[in-house]
Parts: sequence; structure tokens; C-alpha cells
Amino acid sequence: MAGHVVVITSGKGGVGKTTTTANLAMALAQMGRRVVAIDADIGLRNLDVVLGLENRIVYDLVNVAEGACKLRQALIKDKRCDTLHLLPAAQTRDKTAITPDQMKTITAELKEEFDYVLVDSPAGIEQGFKNAIAGADAALIVTTPEVSAVRDADRIIGFLESSELHDPRLIINRVRPEMVRRGDMLSIDDVLEILSIELIGVIPDDEGIIVSTNRGEPVVLDPHSTSGQAYREIARRLEGESVPIVPPTPVADGWLGRLRRLIGLQSR
Amino acid sequence: MLDFLQRLLGRESERPSKEQAKERLRLVLVHDRANLSDDLLPALKDELLAVLSKYMEIDENELRVQLAQEDSQVALVANIPIRRIRRAAGFSHQGAGR
Ligand SMILES: Nc1ncnc2c1ncn2[C@@H]1O[C@H](COP(=O)(O)OP(=O)(O)OP(=O)(O)O)[C@@H](O)[C@H]1O
Ligand SMILES: [Mg+2]
Repeated sequence: MAGHVVVITSGKGGVGKTTTTANLAMALAQMGRRVVAIDADIGLRNLDVVLGLENRIVYDLVNVAEGACKLRQALIKDKRCDTLHLLPAAQTRDKTAITPDQMKTITAELKEEFDYVLVDSPAGIEQGFKNAIAGADAALIVTTPEVSAVRDADRIIGFLESSELHDPRLIINRVRPEMVRRGDMLSIDDVLEILSIELIGVIPDDEGIIVSTNRGEPVVLDPHSTSGQAYREIARRLEGESVPIVPPTPVADGWLGRLRRLIGLQSR
Repeated sequence: MLDFLQRLLGRESERPSKEQAKERLRLVLVHDRANLSDDLLPALKDELLAVLSKYMEIDENELRVQLAQEDSQVALVANIPIRRIRRAAGFSHQGAGR
């Protein structure tokens, strides 16, 4: 059976598309799925470093599109998990170096051999984004709980609708439970009420993600990480399992928080 | 004493900022969604015209339908110049009884 092509996109930049792609790819691969992650952010290659595979790149997506190499030759196989592969972006070209039709051909060929083809989209709504969604069967939209990110997500949702990519699912990233509790950050429900699309997962804001990116080891490789756990759960939901979504809760909130509540300055 | 403590710990008498975020998002998305789909307002205009024409004769060329931003809400504002109203006969309320 042919695999799924899933694009990870956002509208606003820097909200966590690449981090999400890397972690979901690794999580699915660790579940034994055959996975290829495509870096569609041509000119701003990043997925390779987040996955820690930057030293092994020989060919890239543009080389494949132009027929300079075979698709197989451009795929980098992960040494930690041999069902995970990366198709890197070109670094010296720009997003016009490839067309939506070429993307469709490449993803169609890949899904013959892989269970999941995850496409890391560039930010924006220009050609790079159009390339990224060209061959996709489904879309995941990443946002943070901030006004500008949610607004841009809404725009992308409209765009996907008109591109016949229906029922995108939402990942809310960088949630800070303590800020949500005191009313200084949009809650999961607030964001869902505004965007009215299906939620597939919530990722807490986590320093561990920066550490893991420094090391080139996706956080899902750490069995104790809460953000890693959140990504593993999204992977299971992609697999069709019904895993309840539990919003992150404030960690022990220290003496100051307890004192505030004691003297009634804060509700709960 | 309590006053001092409240200042020290930051009183939360202000409206939580997420309420502002929600409200601003709600407003901005009304505009975004209406403007981004090129045919939303024209389509609405056509359907309005079809309904209104059952009751009155409208000056189509002067019909204006647009969004207007007020303080805390967006309003749909229509300017509908009427040439004349049809006679009362013939438009018994169609929805009734169904
Ligand atoms: N849950 C999180 N907690 C903490 N830091 C995070 C989290 N998610 C992402 N980051 C950090 O945010 C930064 C941007 O993440 P990332 O590169 O994944 O975003 P992006 O959407 O791919 O950006 P771009 O639009 O530039 O491609 C990175 O430094 C990453 O480590
Ligand atoms: Mg990125």
C-alpha cells in the first residue's frame, strides 16, 4: 500500500516546523515505519542539522529534480534508526529551482517505498510553500499561541482549503502552562475556538529542544523528555491510534506561586 | 501590609492579556477572511440583491456592501438605494408553516 505524504507548514516563520518534522520523522521511524523527511526549504537548509545528518549530504532535492542523480542516491539513511531517511534541501539555490510538478513526481515515487513522506515546508505562502504542499495528501499546521502566528495559521488554512488539501490538523507549539494559567497566553481552547480545526497535539515550550538541536539528536530520542513524549503521541495519532490530548500543566510552581494563592491574589 | 504584599507579588487586577489577544484576533480575522476570499463580498452582494429584489427594485449600480471597523466590532454595512417598493400583494411569508 502506498504511504502518506504529510506536509508540515505554518505561515509564520520560526514556530517549529523543522523541529516538528524532525521529531515526528524520528518517532514514526522508531515505531518501525519507513520514513523519509524532505527538507523543502531550499536555500535555507535546516532539517539536516536538526536531525544531525549534515555531514553526510552528497546530493540534494534540486539535484534529484534536475535528474543529476537518482532519487535513491540523494537519500541519507539515519544510523540511529535505519528506517529513517532524509532528502536534504539544496543550499546554494533558491525556491524557484524546483516546481510543484517536480515535487509531485518526487513524492509520488517516494510514497511507493515509504510509509510516511514528511515534507518540511518553508514559512510564507510563496513558491516554496506551494512546492511543499504540491504532492501532499495531508497537512499539519504548526502555530504558537501568539496573535501573529495564529493569524498566519488562519491564512494558511484558507489557502490549503482552496488548494484542495482538506482537514489540516493543528499542532500548538511552545505552550507555557504557567502563562496560560495566569491568563497571559492563549490557551489550547482559545486557539481552537479561533481557528476551528482539529487538534493533533500540543508541545510545551522546552529548553530540552534547544539542547537536543545543539546536539543534533531529536528530543524524541530522550525517553524522559515531556516534549519528546508529546511528539511520540502525535506520531501515534498519525498512525490512527486514539491517544487523548492532555494540555501541559504547570510544573511545581514554587514558593512564590504558593504564597500568592495563600493570600488570595490569584485564583487557583 | 497586604497592600505592600500585593504590589510585591504583582496584583492581577488588570484584564489578562490573553483576552486582548483573543479579541484582536477575532477582529483581524473577520477582515482577513473577508478580504482574502476575493469572491466573498461579491457573492454576498449578488445573493442579497436576489432576495431584496423580491420586495423592491434596487439600483444595482449604486449598491455597496462593505465591512466597517468600529471600536470593538466589525459591521457589515450595506447602502441599498431603492428605486421603488413592490406592492404588498404576492409576498406572503414563505418560510411560515414549513
Ligand atoms: N517547543 C519548543 N520549545 C523550545 N524551543 C523550541 C520549541 N520548538 C521550536 N523551538 C526553537 O525555535 C526555533 C525555531 O524552530 P524551527 O527551526 O523548528 O522553526 P521553523 O518553523 O522551522 O522555522 P523556519 O520558518 O525558519 O523554517 C529553534 O531554535 C527551535 O529550537
Ligand atoms: Mg524550518
